[in-house]
Amino acid sequence: MAAPSETTVFYRNLRWLRFVDGFGRRGSGALDYLGGIAEMTGQVFGGLFRKPLYRQEILHQMDENGVKSLGITNVTALFTGMVLALQTAYSLAAFGGKLFIGRVVSLSLVRELGPVLTALMVGGRVGAGITAELGSMTVTEQVDAMRAMAVSPIKRLVTPRFIAVVVMLPILTALADLLGILGGLLIAVYELSISASFYFNSIWNQLRISDISSGLGKSFFFAMEIALIGCYNGLTVKGGATSVGIATTRTVVAASISILISDFFLTKLFLAL
Amino acid sequence: MTTPAAAPHPAPGSAVDLVDVRKTYEGRAVLAGASLTVRAGETMVILGPSGTGKSVLLRHINGLTKPDEGQVFVFGQDVVPLSEEEMAPVRLRVSMLFQGGALFDSMNVFDNVAFPMREHTPMNPSEIKKRVAEKLSLVGLPGTQKKMPAELSGGMRKRVALARSIALDPEIILFDEPTTGLDPLNSEKINELIHDLNQRMKATFIVVTHDIVSARAIADRVAFLHGGIFEFVGSFDEAAHGAHPILSDFFRSQGFPAGTEAAAIASAAVRALEKGDPS
Repeated sequence: MAAPSETTVFYRNLRWLRFVDGFGRRGSGALDYLGGIAEMTGQVFGGLFRKPLYRQEILHQMDENGVKSLGITNVTALFTGMVLALQTAYSLAAFGGKLFIGRVVSLSLVRELGPVLTALMVGGRVGAGITAELGSMTVTEQVDAMRAMAVSPIKRLVTPRFIAVVVMLPILTALADLLGILGGLLIAVYELSISASFYFNSIWNQLRISDISSGLGKSFFFAMEIALIGCYNGLTVKGGATSVGIATTRTVVAASISILISDFFLTKLFLAL
Repeated sequence: MTTPAAAPHPAPGSAVDLVDVRKTYEGRAVLAGASLTVRAGETMVILGPSGTGKSVLLRHINGLTKPDEGQVFVFGQDVVPLSEEEMAPVRLRVSMLFQGGALFDSMNVFDNVAFPMREHTPMNPSEIKKRVAEKLSLVGLPGTQKKMPAELSGGMRKRVALARSIALDPEIILFDEPTTGLDPLNSEKINELIHDLNQRMKATFIVVTHDIVSARAIADRVAFLHGGIFEFVGSFDEAAHGAHPILSDFFRSQGFPAGTEAAAIASAAVRALEKGDPS
């Protein structure tokens, strides 16, 4: 075969350059994104306690994003607890696993699964909802109209949602822990014929305050991630309805990934404390 | 570079004074040194084909967009270096009517019109109620307080938005394409409304439009934005009969200055039909 002509080589190199350039561009895009979120976070914290506080709006958002998420987070937790109990009994059968059910279920729920699964569920439901709402407000110039009326969209739209999610997610997580443990109880009592008092006793002897506080502590950080990503993606939508859809999808992906990644580091942090 | 006999800025007696404003979007110079002085109390209509940066220009006046270069004086103060927070006092005196109305669709008509009052005045609920009713009847929509924006037609939505933008009795109102997307009848209603309000409020109106019928109905002066600069500033009649080649093309495309009422109405009707907007 003949050696490639000079033109072919030129274009081949050009393609490579484009490829590298594409990486660079995506990289700087990611930096812009992180920078934007950091800037918005600064603005939210900067104005957190400055008037006006919009109490009514905060309560409304707590209801919308917190209370109305109870169904999905509770069902998730209940069935996770039940599955955990079954799996523990099955996989630890050789070691007399039945006796450990209370400990395993409660520890894994309170330390890990309760906060993470609740955050993932809320991240999907609430994060997407926030992005869709703020995004459609942005593309229909409602956010600009707010600015034109000398009202800060950060104070009026972002801060109430931020406070609502940060307050509600730990509460949802605590309820999820409780329901998961009750789910484990159901299986322990009706499937594995362990007495309820034994189940609760083993939990009581095992679970420490630090387990609970590390779990709830994590959910506090997850809440901030969900609210900030949701709001930022909504307020930065450009274009029309299609872009709102894309931004919403992006929120679910970004929130889930950031929850899972930060979970690792937070776990390390809380273990070190 | 020397500027021959540079006029002082901000020009005395001006409500808004734009000096050599430049703005580039994605490599395209939307504004390429636009300068315009709007006198206090006049209705200035900014004409130009769609997509020539008229709306972008308007957004510079209340600081929603910052220019790459140039100065924007509002009430004699350069607003370009002002931060979002420092901009607030200016924005309380300058309101804007957005193209689609930009009503908050999660709130009903009452809450929309009451929004600026609740945010910026110490008025109690009964005062707000009275003031909202007053503003709504001013735009010809009394008794619509309980309706949601989604239940309103395009023309009604714009009128509610107008009521909201005059809620705090601003000194300057910016109108972004007030008649776009409306049928000729509704357009005429909006034009009359703007004209009436201008008589009543003694405020400065800056109206961006490509609708010449609308311009004739309301303008004290018109300015023609083309290629990112103001090619013409003067009275409507001067614009309609002037020798500016692109401007007269623009007028001719809308049935002027053949001048007869019939031509204008016919062309407006045709445009409305082409758009197929039932509002």
